[in-house]
Amino acid sequence: MKTIIVVGNGMVGYKFCEKFVAQSNNEEFKIIVFGEEPRPAYDRVHLSEFFENQDAKALEMAPAEWYKENGIDLVIDERVSDIQRETKTIITAKNRVLNYDYLVLATGSSAFVPPIKGVEKKGVFVYRTIEDLEGMLAYAAKLKEANPKARAAVLGGGLLGLEAGKAVMDMGLEPHIVEFAPKLMPRQLDARSSKVLQLKLESIGLNIHLSKATNQILGEDSITGMEFGEDDVLDVEMLVVSAGIRPRDELGKTSGLEMGVRGGIIVNNKMQTSDENIFAIGEVALYNQMIYGLVAPGYDMAGVAVNQILGNSEELMPADIDMSTKLKLIGVDVASFGEPFMPASKGHSVIFENKTQHLYKRINVSLDGKSLLGGILVGDASDYNMLHQVYLNGMAIPEDAAQLILPATEGGAFGSALDLPDEAQICSCENVSKGQICGAIKDGSCEDLAGVISSTKASTSCGGCKPMVTDLVNETLKSLGKTVKNVICEHFEYSRQELFGIIKAKKLTSYNEVLDTCGTGHGCETCKPLVSSIFASLYNVTPNKEDVTQDTNDKFLANIQRNGTYSVVPRIAGGEITPEGLIVLGQIGSKYNLYTKITGGARIDFFGAQLNDLPAIWKELIDAGFESGHAYGKSLRTVKSCVGSTWCRYGLDESVSFAIELENRYKGLRSPHKIKGGVSGCIRECAEARGKDFGVIAVEGGWNLYVGGNGGATPRHAQLLAEQIDNETVIKYLDRYLMYYIQTAAPLMRTAAWLDKLEGGIEQLKKIVIDDSLNIVSDLEHEMQFLVDAYECEWKQAVESEEIKKRFSHFVNSDDRDDNLVFVPLRDQKMPEHWKN
Amino acid sequence: MDTILSQYKTTAISDVAVWFKAGAVNDFFENGGGCIKYKGKQIAVFNFSRTKQWFACQNVCPHKMEMVLSRGMLGDDKGTPKVACPLHKKTFSLETGENLNGDLDAIATYPVKIEEENVYIGFSE
Ligand code: SRM
Ligand SMILES: Cc1cc2nc3c(=O)[nH]c(=O)nc-3n(C[C@H](O)[C@H](O)[C@H](O)COP(=O)(O)OP(=O)(O)OC[C@H]3O[C@@H](n4cnc5c(N)ncnc54)[C@H](O)[C@@H]3O)c2cc1C
Ligand code: SF4
Ligand code: FES
Repeated sequence: MKTIIVVGNGMVGYKFCEKFVAQSNNEEFKIIVFGEEPRPAYDRVHLSEFFENQDAKALEMAPAEWYKENGIDLVIDERVSDIQRETKTIITAKNRVLNYDYLVLATGSSAFVPPIKGVEKKGVFVYRTIEDLEGMLAYAAKLKEANPKARAAVLGGGLLGLEAGKAVMDMGLEPHIVEFAPKLMPRQLDARSSKVLQLKLESIGLNIHLSKATNQILGEDSITGMEFGEDDVLDVEMLVVSAGIRPRDELGKTSGLEMGVRGGIIVNNKMQTSDENIFAIGEVALYNQMIYGLVAPGYDMAGVAVNQILGNSEELMPADIDMSTKLKLIGVDVASFGEPFMPASKGHSVIFENKTQHLYKRINVSLDGKSLLGGILVGDASDYNMLHQVYLNGMAIPEDAAQLILPATEGGAFGSALDLPDEAQICSCENVSKGQICGAIKDGSCEDLAGVISSTKASTSCGGCKPMVTDLVNETLKSLGKTVKNVICEHFEYSRQELFGIIKAKKLTSYNEVLDTCGTGHGCETCKPLVSSIFASLYNVTPNKEDVTQDTNDKFLANIQRNGTYSVVPRIAGGEITPEGLIVLGQIGSKYNLYTKITGGARIDFFGAQLNDLPAIWKELIDAGFESGHAYGKSLRTVKSCVGSTWCRYGLDESVSFAIELENRYKGLRSPHKIKGGVSGCIRECAEARGKDFGVIAVEGGWNLYVGGNGGATPRHAQLLAEQIDNETVIKYLDRYLMYYIQTAAPLMRTAAWLDKLEGGIEQLKKIVIDDSLNIVSDLEHEMQFLVDAYECEWKQAVESEEIKKRFSHFVNSDDRDDNLVFVPLRDQKMPEHWKN
Repeated sequence: MDTILSQYKTTAISDVAVWFKAGAVNDFFENGGGCIKYKGKQIAVFNFSRTKQWFACQNVCPHKMEMVLSRGMLGDDKGTPKVACPLHKKTFSLETGENLNGDLDAIATYPVKIEEENVYIGFSE
């Protein structure tokens, strides 16, 4: 049995243990770990979370029992004080002497405190351990008691300093950041991005002082200020020093290991020090002349050391280490990757800056314009992951690299999905990679989307990745020279748009007619609802006309719930409802014992209605003046409103009235996917109109009209179609836009995705809708007006017809109800029993 | 749960002991389904009038064990008549009960006969 002693139980020391335990051939080794801190290793990266709940346990990498269960001896609160290499022993501060076969130094680093006069005064802290944070909290509490407006400074405006700045701000102190360099985050940002970040930080209340060299710390016993020059003083009562790190390399020095000139224990690419039985990993190791102050390289080092000691593989530490970082300062996006600054001789930079929005994006592109070398993102780092992937995998970039960062092409510039690396995880629920999806087509085991889905399980859980899976399958088929016709299903060799045209031209009116005219076979759950939706969009017939070809929710005019019961959602246009209306709703909910909640669409939903009860419930609703809310249809849902100028002191126009008018105009309108609208009375946007398929916002001189937004799986902000237009023009443009969408979109494609795929995008849409470039707007308007005039409440039809009501009985041969249903209590209401499988 | 499923066994015509009268032909919507009750069991009956065929199967979907298949949509998969569950669109062959787009257990199917405008389902008990 050989003994491995690990000195230091920090993040990397722990990772060494974890990776060691995961290996199969570890029986011949025994690990003993020494940690100087009073608790097992914790997640230092998320140290700042300690301020929120002061729960040290929540940060633990693994509980003490974990070490025991895995046969590891963990000794905490005991520092290793010496190494005797000749006898292969270590000595601890408690005078314990132990032998080792292999020694792993994972002693990390400590905060660097510059030798400034007075730095030893009370109230000066570093930011590295839980104990440091406890000390800061206690001190800050005392300060605030004496002076609620107490100020604190952070020395150092780097990654960590800014995080510390946010922490002191959250402690209720007035925060000041003092940086020696003329810019913030000097290692990651260029001067311009630093400027933008500074504006942003100042806007959330951080005070920034750049180019300040601190001469001394003022105060008797405790700090009262910092002095930069003779007349340049900043009064502060607390200071957090965050001026960099120094490796904890004492043991290397005293035992004569080879050291770097400025500290750190030198290691080779096997993580061995100058003594082959001693390894160094993490922030104490000097590799490539560098101390890497990030966990990811430390974790890789731990893996290399484990494999070297166990003799498992020849795995070596790579020469290039990715130093990309994303600042996790709550509320401020900052990221840099690859080479953030690049000399002009190596490539070109594309820079996008918008100081009013605190946005700065820079990407560095190789001289031939083909690859991404690095970049900086401030204010909006949502593209970081994708850009980082493009950089790491050396993927091709668009000819006009600017598209990668320009806001207008959000999401659209990353080229073909096929460019993603094979390992890219496409379906995160089922953990399916791009390689598995494309592989299923390439190796011939699947020939279409349906095959890929059933064999890989991709998109079978939440379905959010389905568009990407579809793209991958289609692109792969194309790359193999197979034609991908965008057909509806095995019964129709047409796209939705083509079928729309055929049905319209031939004036077909029943599903069987369509199938016999241009399809084959007997239909399925894909083409039946699609054809029904086309009928509805062309003739505004309700689902009652041909119920057997409707999707289940349309067939029963209600959304089916997890136990086969249904929900009931009456229309509450614009969210406006009278107290009397609310009372009626309350009475009906209570009479039928329905679970009741306010929906995200700002109206009321009753759940748990049994099929048999639906007609009776709706009869009561209709008698009270309500009508269907079409919550079940691919149709207009709600037009959300804010209260607007009738009550709100900022309102510029009557948003509720307009929302009600729009909701009533388009209610019942069937479309390729659902449609939602919003009307806000001013740019404060309380109705979230820009998150809707159409959004109207009151501005000085009229309404601004936005289109193509949604929440949901892929949130998008709507884009501006027209500015300062009056009510009639809004309706005119909306008629045209919605009708054009209905006629040309693919099935289940929301307006945002449709607008993305529309060649020319919003500019093209403006030409069609406003300038009438296709010469179709008067047709579109007429078609919409026809639909508006043909509207009928389908629930009213249903409750008035004995024939239709038959659809809602559970049994054909009995009036019994479904006795399989089980409800359980939920707070003051009820819910279905959980699924058992 | 298993006790629900154990009530439903595919029945071949040769095993039919009882022909149960489920209702009149026009009690069942054309190209649609309905559910009938027989000895505590729930059976989905489909009037696939487009192909002039009738089918019957268990009403409970083996995916989440809800009594819903009779409310599903009819169709065919390369010629095989099928029903799609209204909850998550798992599809089942109405001939063999096999799950066509997944690996759920097959559902039980029952023979149907039409006599004098009445619909009869065959059970072995
Ligand atoms: C009830 C409700 C949740 C709630 O308790 O608040 C709800 C419930 C359902 N949503 Fe939703 N959504 C509800 C508001 C929303 C919102 C919020 C909003 O409207 O402002 C969103 C995001 C905004 C958006 O759509 O842009 C939303 C995005 C979705 C999506 C994702 C759509 C997308 O484009 O990604 C689906 C899935 C789909 O439609 O394919 C969905 C689908 C569903 C379905 C229909 C799932 C289903 O097939 O069973 C749920 C059944 C509703 C029912 O039985 O009544 N629901 N759903 C809300 C009903 C609003 C209403 O009054 O009609
Ligand atoms: C506030 C904060 C935020 C951070 N944020 C990020 C981030 O967002 N991303 C990122 O990649 N990195 C971040 N880091 C850096 C990251 O935490 C370090 O890279 C990582 O913790 C290094 O791990 P380590 O095991 O090498 O060192 P440490 O975690 O410091 O562990 C070393 C341990 O060894 C102990 N020790 C030292 N000498 C001895 C001895 N002689 N005997 C016994 N025990 C000894 C020490 O007490 C310590 O517990 C952050 C750090 C801090 C402080
Ligand atoms: S209500 Fe909407 S978000 Fe909530 S579980 Fe259902 S589909 Fe998902
Ligand atoms: S319950 Fe039938 S498919 Fe899920």
